[in-house]
Amino acid sequence: MTTTFGLDTFGDVTHDASGTPLTHAQTIRNLVEQGVLADQVGLDFFGIGEHHTPDMPLSAADVVLAAIAARTSSIHLGSAVTVLSSDDPVRVYQRFSTLNAVSGGRAEIILGRGSSVDSFPLFGYDLADYEDLFEEKTHLFAELLKGGPITWQGKTRAALHEQDVVPYTEPFPTWIGVGGSPQSVVRAASYGFSLMLAIIGGHPGRFAPFSELYKHALEKFGRDPLPIGIHSPGHVAETDEQAREEFWPHYLDLIGRLGKTRGFATPTPESYAHEVGPHGALFVGSPETVAEKMARTMKKLDASRFDLKYGIGGLSHESLMRTIELYGTKVVPLVQDMLA
Amino acid sequence: MKIAVLGAGHVGPVIARLALAAGYEVGIAGSGDPSRIEMITDFLAPGAVALSAADAVAGADLVVLAIPWHRFPALEPGMFAGKVVIDSMNHWPPADTPLGTSEQVAARLSGARVVKTLNHVAYQDMEPAGGRAVGVAGDSPDAVAAVASFLGRIGFDPVPVGSLAAGRLLEPGGPVFGVAARRQEFENFVKEQS
Repeated sequence: MTTTFGLDTFGDVTHDASGTPLTHAQTIRNLVEQGVLADQVGLDFFGIGEHHTPDMPLSAADVVLAAIAARTSSIHLGSAVTVLSSDDPVRVYQRFSTLNAVSGGRAEIILGRGSSVDSFPLFGYDLADYEDLFEEKTHLFAELLKGGPITWQGKTRAALHEQDVVPYTEPFPTWIGVGGSPQSVVRAASYGFSLMLAIIGGHPGRFAPFSELYKHALEKFGRDPLPIGIHSPGHVAETDEQAREEFWPHYLDLIGRLGKTRGFATPTPESYAHEVGPHGALFVGSPETVAEKMARTMKKLDASRFDLKYGIGGLSHESLMRTIELYGTKVVPLVQDMLA
Repeated sequence: MKIAVLGAGHVGPVIARLALAAGYEVGIAGSGDPSRIEMITDFLAPGAVALSAADAVAGADLVVLAIPWHRFPALEPGMFAGKVVIDSMNHWPPADTPLGTSEQVAARLSGARVVKTLNHVAYQDMEPAGGRAVGVAGDSPDAVAAVASFLGRIGFDPVPVGSLAAGRLLEPGGPVFGVAARRQEFENFVKEQS
């Protein structure tokens, strides 16, 4: 399977050189520039993860993707992820189908149940229902992707009868983002969606049984092989020391804050050293270090796609542009050589 | 000794694998028909047997609850009578309730001896167990001893922290939740609380 390489971001608010946060509007304008640079350095994919918080103001990522589409020609553009559980699959389909039209068939979508769950209270959903919501809405989304008038009935939205849901465009790749739920792996296979493994902590190798489960499930459901992808956080700079030093204070701040609501332990210098080391999930370092770890992880998990989640909040736009440049011009060619 | 793991999501297969590796017989159950989790079991916990919750519990000496908190009310409490039950669940997001969650579990599973443990360790940090210290709380000394023996055999370092009420120490927002605390630190927290 052809290997492809992308960047994902949650559109975290960046800071200026003096450490002052930029406005949401400026952060979003900068994000468009980052997407354009990702295309210029030859990357295959640029994804934006839906979030609804003041430090991650990307609630309407598809609008930003459309702006990037207008200024690029080959990079694929998508979500990472779309929180389908708290959205209307009809509206999601309409938006991404429109993005697909605008971009000349470059849309992709990664569907998720929601790890960041701010969208549930915002849109009036009960977190306790999130599995059932995702199950039903994924089914509807899969039906919509078939194209043509649709007849559908469920518990989570109005029924559809011989309904045209437009625009009709070319098929676009659909993935399911999986953080650790084996049911989601089987679900992806059953719908014929690609598998995106979100590996954000711990040893990436522990996901290898998920890849095996996915391949077996595809076979059992009579489907052709589909790509397996990896989404992991990281930061690339000229040297390991520089990358680690730049990333650390913002990582400590982010995980420290998220930990209160999500149960993450506050990182320590020891736990950080482990995560950036060969057995951890942070792809932080020089181009050589990050490339070596990516190649090893892709082989281990039989993955043909790697999306580096760059842009942790608090770094500067300039620093992120440097990461994108190094990732596209140095890291990816190194990984391609290692996998060849 | 036979172990029943209820839950085939993030946590259940990890605990099942640890138990299998330590030589235990393991039955695993999801919600509903066991055929729904056969494939998951084959790949994520090979050697474990996919069963209905009732069958898994009936044949087990020790039951591990590894299901989401909001699924707990759907479990039939009668089948746990006489069993030692590990409660590894958390109310998520944390709720401000007068009782700890394991006390609520024990009140509902009145015929069982409930022991709170493993809830404070993220599933990605459980494997390998690596001698990591884990708190063990329960009102039955025999059940606590049985669970401590199980935890020791699958690779953890069990640290008794007292009664189920004292087990609130292990809950979200508590000092050891998600933290790789050492035995000594656990024991210090227990002293502070008592």
